[in-house]
Amino acid sequence: MKAWLLAIPLLVPMFAVNGAQSPAEKGRAIAVEANRRDSGWGDLRTRMEMVLRNRQGQESRRRIRTRLLEVDGDGDKSLLVFEFPRDVKGTALLSYSHAVKADDQWLFLPAIKRVKRIASANKSGPFMGSEFAYEDLTSQEVAKYHYRWLRDEELDGRLAFVIERRPAYEHSGYTRQVAWVDKSNYRPLKVDYYDRKNALLKTLTVHGYREYLDRYWRPDRMEMVNHQTGKSTTLRWSDYRFKTGLRDRDFDRNALKRVR
Amino acid sequence: MRSSGCAELHRRAAYALCAGLLVASVPWAAAPAFELGGQVALESRIFAHSPLDPRQHGDNLSLALEPEFDYRWDDGRQSVSFVPFLRLDQGDRRRSHFDVRELTWLTAADTWELRAGVRKVFWGVAESEHLVDIINQTDLVEDIDGEQKLGQPMLNLALIRDWGTLDFFVLPYFRTRTFPGRAGRLRTQPRIDSRHPRFESGAKRHHLDLALRWSASIGDVDVGIAHFRGTSREPRLLLGRDGGGSPVLVPFYEQIHQTSLDLQATTGQWLWKLEALTRSGQGRTFSAFIGGFEYTFVGALGSAADLGVLAEYAYDDRARQASSPFQDDVFTGLRLSLNDAASSTALAGVITDRLSGAQLYSLEASRRLGDRWKLSLVARAITRPAPSDPLRGLRKDDYVQLTLARYF
Repeated sequence: MKAWLLAIPLLVPMFAVNGAQSPAEKGRAIAVEANRRDSGWGDLRTRMEMVLRNRQGQESRRRIRTRLLEVDGDGDKSLLVFEFPRDVKGTALLSYSHAVKADDQWLFLPAIKRVKRIASANKSGPFMGSEFAYEDLTSQEVAKYHYRWLRDEELDGRLAFVIERRPAYEHSGYTRQVAWVDKSNYRPLKVDYYDRKNALLKTLTVHGYREYLDRYWRPDRMEMVNHQTGKSTTLRWSDYRFKTGLRDRDFDRNALKRVR
Repeated sequence: MRSSGCAELHRRAAYALCAGLLVASVPWAAAPAFELGGQVALESRIFAHSPLDPRQHGDNLSLALEPEFDYRWDDGRQSVSFVPFLRLDQGDRRRSHFDVRELTWLTAADTWELRAGVRKVFWGVAESEHLVDIINQTDLVEDIDGEQKLGQPMLNLALIRDWGTLDFFVLPYFRTRTFPGRAGRLRTQPRIDSRHPRFESGAKRHHLDLALRWSASIGDVDVGIAHFRGTSREPRLLLGRDGGGSPVLVPFYEQIHQTSLDLQATTGQWLWKLEALTRSGQGRTFSAFIGGFEYTFVGALGSAADLGVLAEYAYDDRARQASSPFQDDVFTGLRLSLNDAASSTALAGVITDRLSGAQLYSLEASRRLGDRWKLSLVARAITRPAPSDPLRGLRKDDYVQLTLARYF
């Protein structure tokens, strides 16, 4: 009797790890763990280049300088400065992202020096004409989705969790996403996006992960293919620099007016 | 020919500079960085009617050049910017003009920012009229929409606190408004003699104007409250005679006090906007406001496009005595953004004067061609302007404007 009672506290945590969880609990636990592993980076500066391709293979380019600030208990703050094409040079977008409620966003228009607060409840639209939607690029908080673990499987030689995410926020362009998450470092390798009619819309694949500061995995390249239109976008990341000393003050409306 | 020649010259200059920079610059922001940008634009205006005054020109070509030089250091906390502007106009000598849009030194610290030099400052939230925007003088020969501004010499200190930003402006030199010349279109009848302005202050252009503005974001609301004391940017127009004895309107710049509020609430896909002011010093004290909304349908018509619906109402309690055409006017408009690779956008709207029934229709559209060119279209038309309407002189000036700009 006594021996059996003693065994209970040992068994409970074993169940938690080994599959007594429901698929929903397991899916969420994977997201929580991914989030835990990626917290504490503080701030990040990086550059992104997008190559947009239409069905005929015609290309157009975007270059953007980005600054990110990690915010405890909320979505991150970001400041994007457009460098190319030249007609939008100096245009900048300041975002305070939130898990479930609408982000706060301000746009700076350099030609008339105007700062414009913009409606951001609906982020399903294309980002800079690309196949990435605003909602694909914004801070991915755990509370943004309802999760369900589907299965484990190998993807291109890597063991992955396959989890389904259903947006918990309003106005998403998706009914659900299916994400392949690398079991070794909890980074997404591939995401299938299903549109509002639950038809496969886009596939994202993520390439060239590198580890920064011995802890934070970031990709060199992301490929988004739209299966319905035949268009695609390549997003290249470069010049990752963590913990550069950015603070809240670098993400206010005054800072937005100073960028160029 | 002239346009492409200019562009070529600047492209070469830019390449030469870029080549030097690639060798010299380090890719992180802490290193000093010099940047060159800007645009050259060829504009063509086609008018629907012969002018009211036979001295006014017909269809017109115009070339504008606006390079940008920017040097920043100290991780972007200090910078010097220089943006000269030059327009050469075929038909109107007054529209051919040079301006320094910007020549500013900026230094930014944690709790303050200081700017000295010539620059542009925008206040306000409305789309159809920029009521409270007062720091810069309007460069009216550029466009009648009032969005193009002359550079304003200033000293600007911004104090940045938890409760918002407090901006102090010292404006030591006044810029008079630009107006089309005798041969120019889109002007009053009789014309405005911009070369012989009159001032209430004996200091004329050297009157020291001052402004103070508090602005903050409080939750979903962005708000600004400002006070301006100095030379009115908007002149009163007095009837006079030019050197040849012909009747002209003479701009008269009075000393005013103006207190203003601008406010925008952003909830869901709604933007709610309000600008209001009270001004004394130009005749009796008056009040004016403009308020309205913009609602955006994202992914309109099952496409990637956004469709915005705008409505604004403008009121000025001077009614028919108002120097601005917006005394009791309703604006309705549609904004379409295709969200395509060419960033195609269009804004179509109509302003209706509820007193006279006059209407000002406008369409503004643009799209990028390749990576460095942009094609813009502006079309405006006026119907039934009342004899007292400041826009009455424009009744034969319905026009379509095409602009091809090259960015470098």
